[in-house]
Amino acid sequence: MIPVCRLEDLPAGDSVRLDTTPPVAVFNADGELYAIDDTCSHQDASLSEGWLEGCLIECPLHAASFDLRTGRPTCLPARRPVRTHQVYVEDGVIHVLVASATGATGDGDASAAGKGSAA
Amino acid sequence: MRAVIVVGASLAGLYAARELRAQGFDGRLVVIGAEPHPPYDRPPLSKSFLTGTADEDRLALADEEETAELAAEWLLGTRVRALDARGRTVVLDDGRTVTGDGVVIATGAAARRLPGPPLAGVHTVRTLDDARALRADLTRGPQRVVVIGGGFIGAETASSCAVLGHDVTVVEAAPLPLAAQLGPQMASVCAGLHARGGVALLTGVGVAGLRGAAGRSVTAVELADGRLLPADVVVVGIGAIPNTQWLAGSPLAVDDGILCDDGCVTTLPQVVAVGDVARVGGARAEHWTSATEQPRAAVRNLLAGHTVESAHSLPYFWSDQYGSRIQFAGHRTSGDIARIVEGSSADPGGDPTAGARGGGLLAVYERAGRTTAALAIDCARPFMKARRGLAADRAAELAGV
Repeated sequence: MIPVCRLEDLPAGDSVRLDTTPPVAVFNADGELYAIDDTCSHQDASLSEGWLEGCLIECPLHAASFDLRTGRPTCLPARRPVRTHQVYVEDGVIHVLVASATGATGDGDASAAGKGSAA
Repeated sequence: MRAVIVVGASLAGLYAARELRAQGFDGRLVVIGAEPHPPYDRPPLSKSFLTGTADEDRLALADEEETAELAAEWLLGTRVRALDARGRTVVLDDGRTVTGDGVVIATGAAARRLPGPPLAGVHTVRTLDDARALRADLTRGPQRVVVIGGGFIGAETASSCAVLGHDVTVVEAAPLPLAAQLGPQMASVCAGLHARGGVALLTGVGVAGLRGAAGRSVTAVELADGRLLPADVVVVGIGAIPNTQWLAGSPLAVDDGILCDDGCVTTLPQVVAVGDVARVGGARAEHWTSATEQPRAAVRNLLAGHTVESAHSLPYFWSDQYGSRIQFAGHRTSGDIARIVEGSSADPGGDPTAGARGGGLLAVYERAGRTTAALAIDCARPFMKARRGLAADRAAELAGV
């Protein structure tokens, strides 16, 4: 489990990037917390710098869009999903449980999509 | 419409094929490509592919599943030689013909070359085969590399060569590279990235020719002022020419690209053109984003039989060089004033050798109090907001608001 930041430091609509390998992005989408791999599966770009709308994050380079709940791309040019990771809030601090590199291939299994509530 | 021919199997051609199926066309679909390779993405060729961080499998634009779903007949490694007078039959190089009710032309553009006999060690960076050949030369130990042309391809290639440890010089005929695209102020900031990457930039001097015995390797680049730059590898990045030669004698109007209306429709309603080869509504854009956006309107108009949708979108391009990401959106014209609204021009890109990125900068271009364009260096999130604002303004303008 990796501590991210205090809950109040990630307001709705905001995101934060963890310098893990590979980097992970944590989003507060209207009060729901999500974590996905930060690097767009199309080309090297940081999704934490993208445009967040509802549960969709648009890549800042080529406008590929991903569903934060599943990691699946919702439009081209991305064709591969990004991995999703579980998010917990403990004692007011957001934590991410990074999916193991071998176990989670980012196949978009919604049950593996970590969702924490910021509400 | 029972059969559509897509001439060109690169980004725009593939997106046209996708749009045809997405918009309900279920007839015969023939895609003709001059290169032997299935559709691949070109932007990484001068960057991650050249430096070896991305391999060919990362360049593929469609996987097997999607290719199967498209249910197209692929004629790869096949050049076209003519379009018949009715614009329905395409003549292949070997004399065979393919006939359809509709034609999408996506033949792209070819790298402009320097005159003179071919010399080993001289490269362009346009196709996968170009990039493979350059990569092979660059893996033979440290080399003196001269890049002719300081545009985006030249700068990206110079940056990649520097990363690989080569001794790199960029020669640019204009007083400042990229000034036509970015304006003098921001072009000057971008020119500064070369020095930061350890690359020499010579500006305001043209190239007189290449030195080297015919059929042998290049030895030097001769400048217009008589100077000689010793070189083992030369990269020529002096622009591209739209691939329209095969249309000579066809009814299509051609003038630096195929002339199209706002909806990518040519002078024949059953022929549309997209991507680098198309001059849409008076402008030709050699941008990845145009190649992916134009096919939607082009295919809609092709299937409708006349122009029902225009392909206007906000121009957008990006470039990665010396560890920095440059993004530009909008319509800048000469005289627009650039104003830095975030960050500073002092050190926008940080220090690539230390792997550190600077704070980045966002500049907006203004004319008569209106924002016309935006440029960012390592400033993706604010740029995205600015780009969306520009797109909204443009949509309102087109709607006549």
